[in-house]
Amino acid sequence: MASTTASPHGIIGRPVPRIDGPLKTTGTAQYAADFHLPGMVFAVPVQATVAKGTIRSLDVTAAQAMPGVLEVLHHGNVERIYRAVPNDPNATVSETRPPLEDNRIYYWGQYVALVVAETLEQATAAAAAVKAEYSAETPQVSGELEPFAGTWHTVSARGKVDEAFDAAAVKVDQTYGTPVETHNPIELHATVAAWAGDTVTFYESTQGVVNHRNAMAQILGVPRENVTVITKFLGSGFGGKLFPWPHCALAAVASRRVQRPVKLVVTRTMMFSNVGHRPLTEQRFRVGASADGKLVALRQDALNHTSMVDNFDEGCGEATPYLYSVPNLTVTSALVQRNVGSPMAMRGPGAVPGLFAMESAMDELAVALKMDPVELRLKNDASIDESNGQKFSSRHLRECLETGSAKFGWSKRTPAVGSMRRDGKVLGWGMAAASWGAYRFGCSTTVELGADGKVRARCATQDVGTGLYTIFAQVLAEKTGLPFERIEVLLGDTTMPEGPLSGGSWSTATVLPAVAGAADGAIASLLQIAASTPGAKLEGADAKTLRLTEGRVHRATESAAQGVPFETVLQAARLNRVSADSTSGSAFEDPKAKGLSMHSFGAQFAEVEWEPGIARLRVSRVVTVIDAGRIINPRAGANQIKGAVVMGVGMAMLEETVYDPRNGQPINGNLADYLMATCADSPEIDVTFLDYPDYALNSYGARGIGEIGLAGVAPAIASAVYHATGVRVRKLPIRIEDLLQSEMREA
Amino acid sequence: MQSFSYSKAQTVDQAAGMDGRFIGGGTTLVDLMKQGVETPKTLVDITGLPLSSVETLPDGGLKIGAMVRNSDLAHHETVKAQYAVLSEALLSGASPQLRNMATTGGNLLQRTRCPYFRDTSYTNCSKRNPGSGCAAIGGHNRMMAILGTSEDCIATHPSDMCVALTALEATIHVQGPKGDRAIAIADFYKLPGTTPNVENALEPGELITHVTLPAPRKASKQVYLKLRDRASYEFALASAAVVAETSGGHIRFVRVALGGVGTRPWRSHEAEAALMGKPATATHFRAAAEAALKEAKPQSENGFKVELAKRCIVRALTTATA
Repeated sequence: MASTTASPHGIIGRPVPRIDGPLKTTGTAQYAADFHLPGMVFAVPVQATVAKGTIRSLDVTAAQAMPGVLEVLHHGNVERIYRAVPNDPNATVSETRPPLEDNRIYYWGQYVALVVAETLEQATAAAAAVKAEYSAETPQVSGELEPFAGTWHTVSARGKVDEAFDAAAVKVDQTYGTPVETHNPIELHATVAAWAGDTVTFYESTQGVVNHRNAMAQILGVPRENVTVITKFLGSGFGGKLFPWPHCALAAVASRRVQRPVKLVVTRTMMFSNVGHRPLTEQRFRVGASADGKLVALRQDALNHTSMVDNFDEGCGEATPYLYSVPNLTVTSALVQRNVGSPMAMRGPGAVPGLFAMESAMDELAVALKMDPVELRLKNDASIDESNGQKFSSRHLRECLETGSAKFGWSKRTPAVGSMRRDGKVLGWGMAAASWGAYRFGCSTTVELGADGKVRARCATQDVGTGLYTIFAQVLAEKTGLPFERIEVLLGDTTMPEGPLSGGSWSTATVLPAVAGAADGAIASLLQIAASTPGAKLEGADAKTLRLTEGRVHRATESAAQGVPFETVLQAARLNRVSADSTSGSAFEDPKAKGLSMHSFGAQFAEVEWEPGIARLRVSRVVTVIDAGRIINPRAGANQIKGAVVMGVGMAMLEETVYDPRNGQPINGNLADYLMATCADSPEIDVTFLDYPDYALNSYGARGIGEIGLAGVAPAIASAVYHATGVRVRKLPIRIEDLLQSEMREA
Repeated sequence: MQSFSYSKAQTVDQAAGMDGRFIGGGTTLVDLMKQGVETPKTLVDITGLPLSSVETLPDGGLKIGAMVRNSDLAHHETVKAQYAVLSEALLSGASPQLRNMATTGGNLLQRTRCPYFRDTSYTNCSKRNPGSGCAAIGGHNRMMAILGTSEDCIATHPSDMCVALTALEATIHVQGPKGDRAIAIADFYKLPGTTPNVENALEPGELITHVTLPAPRKASKQVYLKLRDRASYEFALASAAVVAETSGGHIRFVRVALGGVGTRPWRSHEAEAALMGKPATATHFRAAAEAALKEAKPQSENGFKVELAKRCIVRALTTATA
C-alpha cells in the first residue's frame, strides 16, 4: 500500500468479510425468483423464431385450452402498455418498444405472446403449443460492420489529426473488433409482480430499484407512488439489469389481468436474445508517433451495432481522449442497425472494447518503434486531461505501470517473439494500461439509532453482489463503534430514501457521503438528548463535549467505559429511536469536483503459456495494479478485481455470441456452448491497490471499483499472445484457429 | 407437455425387453426431454440394476458394468493402472457433477451437442426427422464433424470415453428380447449416411449390461489428448486416444482413435497402417496424421480442425512412444 488510510477505528480500509456472506453461503438470501407469494401463478413468454418480418397468424386456441392456463396475452388482446418518456434520466428503459406493441418482429426471440398458468410446467407446455406463423424477411445480423456509408459523429477532437498522422515517422493503421458478448450473471432476470387494488409490488432482479419504479409507473400508467420495487439481493447483473426489459412489463400486465401475483423468470437461453449484450464493435485506429516514440496523432473511428428499435452507443471512445498526451486527436463513432435485441451497457461499456483496440494499437506501435511497451506508455503519460484542459483529481497511471512492471518482473522480458521459455512452453508477456471514469451521483439515506441497541441504515439502492451492504456497515461501525452484530443495513426497497443505480462503479463513492452524513446527524441528536435527559448520567453536559464510542455516550475527557450505552440514553428519554436523513448531491454539482477530470487508472500485465505443437494457449498469470482512490474494503475490492480479470480472460479468449446468419438466432445461447472462463482457466492473479484517496469525489477519497479490473485485460493478453506466437489477433476472441497461423511448431 | 410413464426395473431380465427408454444418470436424456428432442412415452429407470461392478476377467481383461458411474470408473485402481487412456478420457469430459451421475452405458449412447439437433424449431434435422436434411450445413458449424459426415448430418459424436474405448477395442454386451449378444465397438456406431437417426447397432428393447476390455498389452503406453478452447467443461475440438507399443524404436502395435472430429468415435485404421512397423519418428507420426485426415470434409467454419486433429495425433503418438 502506498498510503495508510485506516480510520481511527480501523474499520475503513480493513478487509472485513461481507456481512451478507452467511446468508448467501447458507442459501437464505432471497433473490427475486425466490419470492413465492400466496396465489402466485407463472408466466412464460413465446418467442419469435424469425428475426425480421411480421406475425401472419397467431393461434392460441390449443394453448388456451390446456390444463391450468389462465390467459394467453398477445398483440391482439393485450391492454395498452405505455412507452416510457424518452430521455427521462430517472425512468430509463432498455428497449423502448413495449412488448406486444404490434405484429412486427425486429429480432429473433422477441416476445410474441405470454402464457399465464397455475404452474411453471403448465405455462411452459402451453407456450410451446402457441402456433405462430410469420411473413419472414432476410434478417441483417452480419458480424461485419464495414463498409459503412452512414453518418459519423465526432466524439472528441483537437489539433489536425490527419495531417499529423500523414507526417508521422512511425504509424499504425489497423482495425480491431470485439464480438457480441452476453451478460451472464448466474442469477437469471426475474420479475414477481403482485397487484393489490391499483398498487403493484415488484420483486425484481434490477440494478436500480428507483429507476425501475419510475419507469414501470409510466409503462403501466399508474402514479409513481403506487409502485414498489424490492431487490434484496442480486446475483449480479454486469449492466444487463440496469433498466427494465420487456418481460418486467409483461409480468405486471399479466398480473393485473389475472388478478394474481405472477412470476416470470427469463431462461438462460432468453438471456442471449432478450436482455441485452455488449454490441459488436469495429474500430479503426490510426496512431502516429515520432521516431523516439512521442505520440503525434491518434484517431479512432468506432462502429458498434445496435438494434432496429434503439440507438445504443457503446461509446468506444470513452478512454481515448484523456489516457495519453497527444496533440492531434479525433474520435468518431457511428451506429449500424442489426436485427438483434437491444444492446446494453456491459461491464466497462465503451472503455473496455475501446481499450482493447487502443492498447492493441499501442502495442503494435511499440513493436514498430522497437520500444518497450511500458516505456511507450510512460513516455506519453498525460499530466492534464488534454480533451478539456482540466486537471486530473488524482492520476497515478505512471505508478500503476511502474509498480506493475516491478511486481510482474517485466525487466526480465526479452522482446523478440517466442524468445521466452519455461518448462518446455513458450511464454508470452504483454501489458496494457487501463482507465475508467469516476462518478458520484445523488443519494439519500436514513440512519437510526434504536432503543434496542442497534443502528440501522436505509437506502433505496441495491447491492449488486459486490459488497455494498458491507460498505454501509463499515461506515456505521466507524461512526458508532458498534460491532456488525448490532448493525442492520436495509437496501433494495423503493419505500426507503432514494439511492443510486448500481452501475458505472459509482455506488461506493455515491453512498458514502449520505450514510456518513445521516450517521453524523443521528449521533448529534443522540448527544443532544443525552445532555438533556434526566437520569442519563450526562444531563447538563454540553452536547459538544460528548462523544459516541463503542456504542457508549461519554464525555470527551473520559473513556467510553465511563459513559452510558446509547440505548440506555434513549430508554431514559423514553424514545424508541433517534434518526437523521442525509442527502448528498452528485459530483457534477460539487464545487470540490468542479473543473477536475476524474478517472480511475490501472495497469494490466499478462503472461500466457504457449504450446505451439498443439496450438494450446492458456493465460497463466495476471498482475493488476489499480489506482481507484481509497479502498474501503480491500477484501471485497480484490474480489471485484479478480473476478474482472477472469472475465477479461473470457473476453480475450472465449466469449462470443454467435447469430445464425440465416435466421438471426443466437445459436450458442447456453452455458455449455457460450464459453466463459472456468476456474481451470483462471490465472494466478496478483492485485495491488495504490490506495491514494481522491478527496475531490468524497470525504473518504473512494472512487469505487469493478469495471476498472476488466479494462485492459484483453489487450494485455492479446499483446502476450503476440509476444509468444507472433500472431497479432485484432478481432476477439483469440481462437485456436488464429493460433494455428503461428509459424512456430515446437517450443 | 409430453407426459410419460416411469417405472423402475428390479432385474436385468425384467428390464431387457421392456418397451421404453432406459434412463441411467439421465445426463443426456433428461436434458433432451426438456428440449422436446426426446419424447419417450415410457421411462425405465435402470439405476437399481446390479450392473455397478468393475471386475477383472479370467483372461486378464476387464468387465465394466453398464451402471458404473464415470467418476468411479475413472478413479478405479485397475483402470488407472492398466487402461490409463480410459481414465484420462473420462476425466477430460464434462464436469465432476456430471461424471458423478453419468454411467458407462449411458455415455455409450450419449447424443450429439449439435445446436440444431437440440432445437426442435429446426425442422430440417435428419437425426430427428429422417430425410429432412441438415440445418447445421450452412449454419454455425465450428464444432461440427469433418470425418464421416453426409448431406444429412455433420453432427460430432461428443463422447471422450467412447474414443478411449474404441482405441482399447472394447466389446459392448447387450441383453434383449432375443437374448444376449456382444458387439465390437467398431461395429456399434453407425455412420450417419441418409439415416443419422440410427446411431448404433442396438435393437429395440436391448439393454447394455456391460462393456469388456481385452487384457492390457503389458508393454503398451496409452495416451488421451484432448484439445479445446477452454481448459475444462467443453467438448473436444479434436482429441486422440492412442495405445502404442514400440521396440527397437519401431512401432509394433498401435491403435489410434479420434474424438471431436467424427460423426462417431473415429478409429483411424489409416493412421495405424501408416505406423505399423515404422520407426517412431516425427516424420512417420505426421504421415499417419495426414493419412487419418485424408478424407476430411470441413465446413465453412471448421477447416482448422483438420490441422488441429493432425497436431493432436502427432502429439499423442509422440507421448505414447516416448
